Amino acid sequence: MKLKMLLTSTFFSLGLIGSAFAEPAIIYDLGGKFDKSFNESAFTGAEKWKKENGGTYREFELQSDAQREQALRRFAEAGNNPIVMAGFMFATPLAEVAKDYPDTKFAIIDMVVDSPNVRSVVFNEHEGSYLVGMMAAMASKTGTVGFVGGMDIPLIRKFACGYVQGVKAVNSNAKIIQNMTGTTPAAWNDPVKGTELTKAQISQGADVVYAAAGGTGVGVLQAAADADILSIGVDANQNYMHPGKVLTSMLKRVDLAVYNAFSEGASLTTGFNVMGLAEDGVGYALDEHNESLVNAKMISALEAEKAKIVSGQIKVHDYMSDNSCPAN
Amino acid sequence: MDVLPKWAEVVLIPLISLALSFLISAIVIIAIGENPLSALQIMVDGALGSTYGWGYTLYYTTNFIFTGLAVSVAFHAKMFNIGGEGQALLGGLGVAVICLAFEWPHWSLALIAASFGAMIFGAFWALIPAYLQATRGSHIVITTIMFNFIAASVLNYLLVNVLRPEGSMDPATRKFSEAAHLPTLHEMFSIIGIPFSKAAPVNISFLIAIVACILVWLLIWHTRLGYEIRTFGHSEEAAQYAGISTTKIILTSMIISGGLAGLMAINNVMGEAERLVMNAAEGAGFIGIAVALMGRSHPVGVFLAALLFGFLYQGGAELALWTSIPRDLIIVIQALVILFTGALDNLVRIPLEKIFVSFQKKVD
Repeated sequence: MKLKMLLTSTFFSLGLIGSAFAEPAIIYDLGGKFDKSFNESAFTGAEKWKKENGGTYREFELQSDAQREQALRRFAEAGNNPIVMAGFMFATPLAEVAKDYPDTKFAIIDMVVDSPNVRSVVFNEHEGSYLVGMMAAMASKTGTVGFVGGMDIPLIRKFACGYVQGVKAVNSNAKIIQNMTGTTPAAWNDPVKGTELTKAQISQGADVVYAAAGGTGVGVLQAAADADILSIGVDANQNYMHPGKVLTSMLKRVDLAVYNAFSEGASLTTGFNVMGLAEDGVGYALDEHNESLVNAKMISALEAEKAKIVSGQIKVHDYMSDNSCPAN
Repeated sequence: MDVLPKWAEVVLIPLISLALSFLISAIVIIAIGENPLSALQIMVDGALGSTYGWGYTLYYTTNFIFTGLAVSVAFHAKMFNIGGEGQALLGGLGVAVICLAFEWPHWSLALIAASFGAMIFGAFWALIPAYLQATRGSHIVITTIMFNFIAASVLNYLLVNVLRPEGSMDPATRKFSEAAHLPTLHEMFSIIGIPFSKAAPVNISFLIAIVACILVWLLIWHTRLGYEIRTFGHSEEAAQYAGISTTKIILTSMIISGGLAGLMAINNVMGEAERLVMNAAEGAGFIGIAVALMGRSHPVGVFLAALLFGFLYQGGAELALWTSIPRDLIIVIQALVILFTGALDNLVRIPLEKIFVSFQKKVD
């Protein structure tokens, strides 16, 4: 009996050692891991896992599109497991690579890849944007709010559409000024242009501006703080960047998705994984930096609406379901 | 005028420039606390140590050969074509249109048609600035740069609004059909029994790039048109005096240049991605300028310079994969190579000329 226990425990520890060798890996998208937004949020999740478990992980920042498949294959061949990808652009190369490494688990964020060894993590950004839209409308004195998007792609229009719906839900007469930073991937990292667009929106009367623009958002938040109006951050909690000037941040818990995937390790469950309001995958940020801006009335209104969205009573339209936005 | 012997001009100056750039890179790597020798070893191993590494190195090389040749041809006519990036993007559109519009029975037919599509689209994108230069005197550097931005915007519009499959979030076309798949070196080598990495994207376009090198060499040095282009490049007045039409040379040299830049798309769009993605050219058009400068606008030089940049790209990727050297430093290394080999030519040339002159005096 004792021997058996000893054997089992040895096996168990051997198993642990075995899994400790399988380092997880993360591949960031072209914005780079210090974009203060999407990629950085993924990095935060990986670091949190590292701190709590004392493990190590591999990481790679892309320089070109051709490196997507390359990095996936290199990590898979080196035995890294699971391999997490931050960004929808990985979908096509992953669909190829996943077939060739059936024993490796992959997790892709923001896209669905139908393969038995892939977890597809999708966020309901429209729901989170809806809530911060409501907050923007409640905080706005002029009745005009702004939206600065990054690159003009359907995903960002999804943010915009949720936001517009939220604003209109509070104030149906509100004016919403929408701008996209650009049409190339450079639009994710152009804070100067973000500043210009924000100033233009302020001159048109906007007093709350929501930035869903990756690194460009840094310029949006700065311009808003300089002009003494409010801004809304995105992806990570950006309230700290200008305390008392950032109304809230639309949280997209990419860090949670990465942390979960790393924690589950090689035994990662695969399949479709929706991170919506119900799963706390999206939401709005409250902390000491914005407590002076948010009152109890706002929170109770938002929480009531959130409960309705979670229960399905209110359905926030998803731009990407039909490539149109009825609220516009 | 010719102080330096030919071998020094062609071999010594690029090598010294390269050594200098590596030296400064090594200092930077030491400064951030990494070992430059092991970094170099990772780069060499990763880029040249396996068929996998060679496969990626040659894939990038293929891109740079096309864009390098494109810049070279225009440069022989003293046209500074900065628009290789935009022309390569449009070339990608040409490939995508050809590959998506028809069901091709065999890859060879698809390749021929796609090559023409890529060249026509690329040439068209170079033709407009060329026409403006030839007939209106709008400076080719300015217009071709501007056309890069227009190309990016056009492609973005088409990919987001027209070519994107319904319900897809990725601003890219659907995948080309299996029949349009170009044979990779893995597939080509396995016929004759040589194992080559399956993962590497290098494909038959590499051979086409070599053929393009030979054709450009023939064109520039062994045809009447090439002679006219070179004459025009050396002296516009002399060319006019000899009865060479300014308009004709500007237009044809730029059309050939744009066609070559566009042709790059058979490698990256048809060979690698097998669909048209946003920003498909990824700066290869700009690298082409450095490649042409370093290769002294000669096809052999372009080939070697393209190989060097292919090595830097692939080696840099390996460096980023296996060390904690940040990717920005890899861009720094690449930039140093461009700076020394392209822009700081005289830094090496003038001292070298002095050495040769003093050496000559001693012999005399």
